[in-house]
Amino acid sequence: MAERARPLGPAVPLGWAAAGFVASLTLGTLLAVIWRAEVPARLAPADWAAIRFTVLQASLSAVISVALAIPVARALARRRFPGRGALITLLGAPFLLPVIVAILGLLAVFGRAGILNTALTALNLPPISIYGLHGVVLAHVFFNLPLAVRLILQGWLAIPAERFRLAASLNMGPAEIRRFLETPMLRATLPGALMVIFLICLTSFAIALTLGGGPRATTIELAIYQAFSFEFDLGRAALLAGIQFTLTGIAALVAFRIARPSDFGTGMDRVMDRWDAKTPVTRAIDTIWIALAALFLLVPLIMIAANGIAGLTILPSAVGWAALRSILVALTSVTVTLALALPLAMAVTSLRPRGSSRLLEGCGYLSIAASPLVLGTGLFVLLFPIANPATLALPVTACVNALMTLPFAIRILVPAVAEVEDRHGRLADSLGMSGTARLRWLLWPRLRRPIGFAAGLSAALSMGDLGVIALFADADQATLPLQVFRLMSAYRMEEAAGAALLLLILSLALFWAFDRGGRANAAA
Amino acid sequence: MRPFLIAAGLLAGTSASADAPVLTVYTYDSFIAEWGPGPAIETAFEETCACDLKFVAAGDGAALLARIRLEGERSEADILLGLDTNLTAAAIESGLFAPHNQSVPDLDLPVPWDDTTFLPYDWGYFAFIHDTTLLPDPPTDFRSLADSDTTIIIQDPRSSTPGLGLLMWVKAAHGDDAPAIWQDLADNIVTVTPGWSEAYGLFLEGEADMVLSYTTSPAYHLIAEEDDTKAAAPFAEGHYLQVEVAGKLANSDQPELAEAFLAFMLTDGFQSVIPTTNWMYPARTPEAGLPEGFSTLIQPETALLIPSDQAARTRDEALTEWQNALAR
Amino acid sequence: MLRLDGLRITLGDFSLAADMEIPHPGITAIIGPSGGGKSTLLAAIGGFLTPDTGHVFWNGSNITTLPPGDRPMTTLFQDNNLFPHLTIAQNVGLGISPALRLSVTDRDLIASVIDRVGLTGLADRKPAQLSGGQQSRVALARALARNKPVVLLDEPFSALGPGLRNEMLDLVAETLGGTVLMVTHDPADALRIAQNAVLISGGTARPPTDTKTLISDPPPELRDYLGKTP
Repeated sequence: MAERARPLGPAVPLGWAAAGFVASLTLGTLLAVIWRAEVPARLAPADWAAIRFTVLQASLSAVISVALAIPVARALARRRFPGRGALITLLGAPFLLPVIVAILGLLAVFGRAGILNTALTALNLPPISIYGLHGVVLAHVFFNLPLAVRLILQGWLAIPAERFRLAASLNMGPAEIRRFLETPMLRATLPGALMVIFLICLTSFAIALTLGGGPRATTIELAIYQAFSFEFDLGRAALLAGIQFTLTGIAALVAFRIARPSDFGTGMDRVMDRWDAKTPVTRAIDTIWIALAALFLLVPLIMIAANGIAGLTILPSAVGWAALRSILVALTSVTVTLALALPLAMAVTSLRPRGSSRLLEGCGYLSIAASPLVLGTGLFVLLFPIANPATLALPVTACVNALMTLPFAIRILVPAVAEVEDRHGRLADSLGMSGTARLRWLLWPRLRRPIGFAAGLSAALSMGDLGVIALFADADQATLPLQVFRLMSAYRMEEAAGAALLLLILSLALFWAFDRGGRANAAA
Repeated sequence: MRPFLIAAGLLAGTSASADAPVLTVYTYDSFIAEWGPGPAIETAFEETCACDLKFVAAGDGAALLARIRLEGERSEADILLGLDTNLTAAAIESGLFAPHNQSVPDLDLPVPWDDTTFLPYDWGYFAFIHDTTLLPDPPTDFRSLADSDTTIIIQDPRSSTPGLGLLMWVKAAHGDDAPAIWQDLADNIVTVTPGWSEAYGLFLEGEADMVLSYTTSPAYHLIAEEDDTKAAAPFAEGHYLQVEVAGKLANSDQPELAEAFLAFMLTDGFQSVIPTTNWMYPARTPEAGLPEGFSTLIQPETALLIPSDQAARTRDEALTEWQNALAR
Repeated sequence: MLRLDGLRITLGDFSLAADMEIPHPGITAIIGPSGGGKSTLLAAIGGFLTPDTGHVFWNGSNITTLPPGDRPMTTLFQDNNLFPHLTIAQNVGLGISPALRLSVTDRDLIASVIDRVGLTGLADRKPAQLSGGQQSRVALARALARNKPVVLLDEPFSALGPGLRNEMLDLVAETLGGTVLMVTHDPADALRIAQNAVLISGGTARPPTDTKTLISDPPPELRDYLGKTP
């Protein structure tokens, strides 16, 4: 069989190098912890309960996030209204929030003294409690609904407009459109979306514990923490981390078997013309869904802003330095993310459809399954003999944050690179454009939008992530999230709220700046 | 070039001055914050020692011990500051610590001190804090708390020192009845947080009537915020004590300096900083006495403390009981 | 001279065999029913497909495994011939240096080929600002700038109207020396500029014959395609 020839160029060795880097940081650190553990490990009975609870809450969170995202994405796909673009951007904000900030925002709405219960009490209705499995799921939905909406919206917008025109000319109603156009699209899109959110919730720690209401809500990540910090049983910590990897692997295999990977792209500006959805009823339904999603996602954000505004003016100078340091870490981690993601995406595209392409892409997703604690500890074990970990705190934080955001960057860039290569690859080949020439004159200009989006996401996630800094940092190196935490542990809740608001603003600003930068002057 | 250098400096951290000997002290994170005890203590000690005192932070007390065990004999640490008596037995067992070699001065601890490895620097009683305007008549012991509708937020003993303290408190006060107390407390517990900060933050947001903290917590609100509505509820069983300690590492390359620091730790230069930065009782009351707000705090009549050599066993037993009682 | 030696290309159920020499210089058309493998043959010559067996020789040296950019040839595709984010001058310049490292002489060359295809003054425009015919001229200008002995035309003008298309074909005949291999589905195109034609049908590419003879006295399989009754 004739092979489609494609000069592979330096992207492939670079891609493998990037994959090797990711694998050694994720699997390598796990091995380092096992090696340091010395004694063989055994699971405690409580660990099995933790595994069960983890899978349960992650499955529920994924299913509910995706189920709610379907009508919201459909409404956003077929409605045009002023501020639609801004709303889609803002809806992404919870995903970028540091966990403790988001929890306080959620509590301001759903907590015992929150808006909802105050209203219920005023109406003489019994208050509701946010604590328990439902609270954990609620918080996870708050975090992941925007991501699910984005993934599914992308699927909707990927249905060619001509199909809807054809459907309209055949006089198809909503039921037929659902059957012939939307259901196949959802069948292809949903497994991927479910998998991503399941994986994100799998490593949840603080949310599950804080809102879970007690030891029933013990996740694997907490069990790892307990094994490490409480019992100093490194073997068990590593074993649990290995189980976490295995669960991820199973979820990924299941999803890959039943789905083709869906894009997680950036072109959300288009609105479909939907001849079937012009009735007042569909219009009302869509409006209600958009309004509900906006309320659910934005009110907690507004509460965070309202709580923080007073504290913003009395911030100690250390917070300013921490903010500067966090921005530097974020920028470094963006650079590292792109330096890993671009060669990976190029190599994955040029190796297609070979099996090695999938292996390479799989390596890029490894870090989503890594336990931050094991990763940090493993790095510590590896770095300690060569250097004082404290002097490496910020570079290490930047690298680990980059690693944690890499799956998202790959998810964005692989389909984008594939599309550019599809359209322009042959021409570039015929002109002998390879390596940096191809990157500079073809991929970079054509990929500005997705690169900007990936960079923005990476910067914002890196800003908000406490990550491994707590394991490494000394007095002079606190990042902004760590500083928020330090303020809280010194009773300074008002300043902490102010610093949290600052963090939220900076995260969004960084995201916006990169995303805009990618759009501005983006070529036709 | 300049911005690049500044960036590199920020990323690489600051390096110590070259000549003076460096004393490295590992401690928990909140100790070294700008508003914590660290900066003032650093200044005061460096005035007397002709050395460079360097704090390195690593999470909380439990993470601190894990970090030292991870680093083992190659650790750069000279002093470890921030364990409590629940952890000292495990720390001594690790063989990484050396005797403190100090003649211990008179301490203002509610319990006698005869540990030859670790020296205390501050202490406090665990207590449930409430808002007196919202809860004028708080429960007076665990039994009445368990029987009431009063809601509480506690910390997870596996990831938090106060959380573990509460476990030991119930065990010390109620012994074999501890599981029954926990079962009855289950419906009072709103949630269990990973650390003290989340719990206290949630309490201040109005998520529960009471939160597990220290008898000294109201002093912060009184002194820093001029707010006298927060109070600790005295419990008839007595209150569990937390004693925070520091010790010298056997492999310290500055053993004399380390001992000098331990001696300094029990003088006014260190002790006078503690009350309004760490919000705990100093191990030795400074000459000028305690800040004014401290006189309003409740004074438990019975101090409970499980000796450190029994702490580890009690801890594991109590944790299993706690998990079983709350897992239902 | 370009020589195809025992070439066989398989893609799924489809397979194509070719064994021939292409006259040099001169324009040779590749004609035949759609789906017959015209573009496949061109892709194999251009280096976009690796054949299962057989070899491609240029002046006696084996170029079967050379990457497309290293072959002594340049391709004009059916579409996507220009990078939309680069100017006309840059698009042409890529034909000289794939990294766009251009000397003063190179810039002069770019300006002169842009003049030659009649686009004087449009060098700084982006492709979207040009008409379809003008875009084809840019692609041709780049082929001129590359100055390779073999030019492969994969129906690059098929989207143009008949008038514009003839204009472009004449421009090709007038400007390009060397070997030109041109895929077309319209015998009129072949008659207009190609001295020789290769007929592809039934999974075989036949060696080139005189275009006029081939079309005026077509073999049966071409007759079906041309739709003429004898």
